[in-house]
Amino acid sequence: MVPGLEQYLILSAIIFSIGLFGAITKRSAVVILICIEIMLAGVNIAMVAFSRFITPVELTGQSFSVFVIVVAAAEVAVGLAIILALYRQRHTIDTDKIDLLKW
Amino acid sequence: MMNNIPELLIWMIPGLPLAAFAALFILVRSLKIRSTLNGYLAIAATAASFALSLWVAAGLFTAPAEHGIAGFEWLNLGGLLVIELGLTINPLTGIMLVVVTLVSLLVQIYSLGYMHGSKSLNRYFAFISLFTFAMLGLVMADNLLIMFMCWELVGLCSYLLIGFWYHRPAAAQAARKAFFITRIGDFGFLAAILLLFTSAGTLNVNEIHAAAIAGAVSSTVVTWAALGIFMGAMGKSAQFPLHTWLPDAMEGPTPVSALIHAATMVASGVFLVGRMYPLFELSPTALSTVATIGAVTALFAGTIALVMHDIKKVLAYSTISQLGYMMLGLGLGGVAIALFHLFTHAFFKALLFMGAGSVNHSTGTFDMRKMGGLARLMPWTCATFVIGALSLSGIWPLAGFFSKEEILNSALSNQPVLFAMALATAFMTAFYMFRVVFLTFGGEYQSRLKPHESGRVMIIPMLVLAVLAVSAGWLNLTGRLTTVLGHGHEHSWIYGFLGIFTHPLAWISLAVAGSGIFLAWAMYQKRWISARKIAWTFRSAYTVFFHKYWIDELYEKYIGARLLNNGLFNLFNRFDAVVIDGTVNDVAGLNLKSSKAIRTLQNGRLTQYGLVFLFGIAAIALLVIFTG
Repeated sequence: MVPGLEQYLILSAIIFSIGLFGAITKRSAVVILICIEIMLAGVNIAMVAFSRFITPVELTGQSFSVFVIVVAAAEVAVGLAIILALYRQRHTIDTDKIDLLKW
Repeated sequence: MMNNIPELLIWMIPGLPLAAFAALFILVRSLKIRSTLNGYLAIAATAASFALSLWVAAGLFTAPAEHGIAGFEWLNLGGLLVIELGLTINPLTGIMLVVVTLVSLLVQIYSLGYMHGSKSLNRYFAFISLFTFAMLGLVMADNLLIMFMCWELVGLCSYLLIGFWYHRPAAAQAARKAFFITRIGDFGFLAAILLLFTSAGTLNVNEIHAAAIAGAVSSTVVTWAALGIFMGAMGKSAQFPLHTWLPDAMEGPTPVSALIHAATMVASGVFLVGRMYPLFELSPTALSTVATIGAVTALFAGTIALVMHDIKKVLAYSTISQLGYMMLGLGLGGVAIALFHLFTHAFFKALLFMGAGSVNHSTGTFDMRKMGGLARLMPWTCATFVIGALSLSGIWPLAGFFSKEEILNSALSNQPVLFAMALATAFMTAFYMFRVVFLTFGGEYQSRLKPHESGRVMIIPMLVLAVLAVSAGWLNLTGRLTTVLGHGHEHSWIYGFLGIFTHPLAWISLAVAGSGIFLAWAMYQKRWISARKIAWTFRSAYTVFFHKYWIDELYEKYIGARLLNNGLFNLFNRFDAVVIDGTVNDVAGLNLKSSKAIRTLQNGRLTQYGLVFLFGIAAIALLVIFTG
C-alpha cells in the first residue's frame, strides 16, 4: 500500500504529540529542548506531505521546512548556550528549580 | 532715525552694560584675571551708554516724539503669540535713560573708593553692570513681556547686591526679604499682563494703549489691569503695605543703596505706572487708589523717619516717603510732575546716600548717636550732604523745591485731604533731614576714632550730584520738561524762577520746610528743646513710630507664622498628606491586593506553564474550527 496524505498526517500528529508530551512533562532543560525538536520534526512532516499531495508543482511546503530546520538549528545553539550559562550559575538544569523570578 | 542717531547706537545703550557684565562675569571668571581694571571696564561701558543716552534725550528735549525701533521676532507660538524684541524711545524713556546711566556711572566711580579693598569687586561690578542693563531694558522695552523680564532682572540684581556681603546673616536675610516681598507685587503685575493679553490680544504697550482707548478692552478689565500693574509698582517702589523690604535692604553696600534703592530701581514702579498711564487715565478708581496709597505712604514713612537712629534707615524711609509723593503726583497730576520729581529725587537722594556712605567710610558706623561734629573733619561731605538735604526739604531755588511744588500744586487743586497729608510730609521731611544733618555734622565728635575726609574718587561724584541737586529743577524753569512729558505749558524762565511766588502755595511750602529745619536746629543744634522730653511727652506716638507701626512684627508673627505657616501651609500639608499622598497610597495598595490574588498563577513550574499554553492553543483551535 502506498501511504497517502492521511497516513503522513497521522504520523506527523503522533510525533508532534510525543514531543509535546515530553516538553510538558520533563524537567531537564536539555530534554525539553530535544522534545521541542521532535515537535518541529512532526510539523515538518506535515508540511512536506501537504506540499507533496496538495500543491505538487510549487515547493512552498518544502522550502518552509528547510526554513524551520535552519531556525531550529539556531534555536538549539542559543538554547544550549543559555542552558550552559544557567548550569554554570546554578549547577542545575532542572527547570522547576530555576525560579528566581517567581514571586 | 531721530537726530540721525543710527539704530545700532540706540541698541548699544542697554547693550554696552550687558557686554560689560558678560565680559566681567564670563571672561574674567574663566580667565581668572582679577585686577582693579575690572571696575574701569564697567565704568567705561556705562559712560559710553550715558553719552548715548544724553544724545537721545537732548534730541527728545528739543523735539519730543515717540520713536519705535523695530526689533526682531523673538518668539512665535504658531501665530497665536508673536513677541518682537523692539525698543521704544519717547520723552518718558529719555528722562529715565539719563537718570539711570548718570547715577549708575557716578555710583560706580564712587564705588572705586568706597569698595576699595573689598573682596570680589569683580562680582560687584558685574552685578552693577547687569543691573544697569536690566534697568535700561525695562525702560526701553516696547512690550510687556520683555518689560516684565527686565523687571524681574532688576529685582534679581537687587537681591544679589543687597546680599553682596552674603556671609553676614542680616544681609542674606534682607536680600531674601526684598525678593519675597517684591514678589507679592510682581504677582499682580504678571496677572495684569495676562489679563491684558487675553483681552487685547497683544503684549505691545502702544497697541494695548490704543486698544484700551478705542474701547476694545472693557472698563472692568482696564481697572483690574491698572490695579495689578500698580500692585507691581507698590512692591518695587516700596509703597505701604509692601514697603518693609526697603529699610532692610540698607544692609547692602551703600553705593548700591544709592543706585538701586534710592535713585533707579525703586523709582521703576513710578516709571511703570507712568508708562502704562493711558490705562490709569481710563480708570478713575485706579488713579485715586494710586493717589491715596501714595499720600498714605508718604506720611506714614515720614513719621518713621523722624525717630530712626541709623542714617541709612532715615534715608530709606525718606525714599519710601518721596516715592509716595511721586505716586501722589501720578494719581493727581499726571506723568510729567511725577517723573519730574523722580528726576530731581534721583540726584539728591543718591547724593545723600553717598554722603552717608562717606561718613560710614571714615567713622565705621551709621548710628547717628555715635557721630557729631563731623562738619570740621569732613567739610566736603558735609557741604554736599547739606545741599542734598536742602534740596530734599524743598528749599528754593534747589531742585527739590520745583518738583515738590508741582505735586503739592496738583494735590491742592484736586484733593484737599491729600494735600494736607503731603504738606505734613514736607514738614517732616525737612525736620528729619536736618535732624540727620545736625546730629551727624553738628555738635561735638562723640567717639575716639579719627575720621578723615574721603578720597577724591568719592568726593567728585558727590560734587557732580550736588551740582545736579541744585540745578536739576531749573530744567523745568520754562515748563519745558513737563511739557515734553505731556502736561504743562511753557512760560518764560523768569516766571518759572520768581513768578511762582505770586502763588501763595510757594510761600506755604517754603514756610513749612523752613519751620521743619528751624525745629531741627532748635532741638538738635541749640538744644533749646530736649528731644528726649518731646519723645517722653508723645511717648505713645514715639513708640509707635520707633517700632515702625509694628508692621514687621505683624507680617512675621501673625501673617507669616500664624496665618500662613500654621493656617494655610498646615492646610496644604494636610491636603498633601491626605489627598495627594492618600491617592497614591491607595492606588499602590489596590495593586498590592490584586497582585496577591493573581500571584499564585506564577508558580515557576515550567511544565505547568506549558500545559496552560497547550490548553490555550487547543481552545483557540477549537474555537476557530467550530465557529468557522
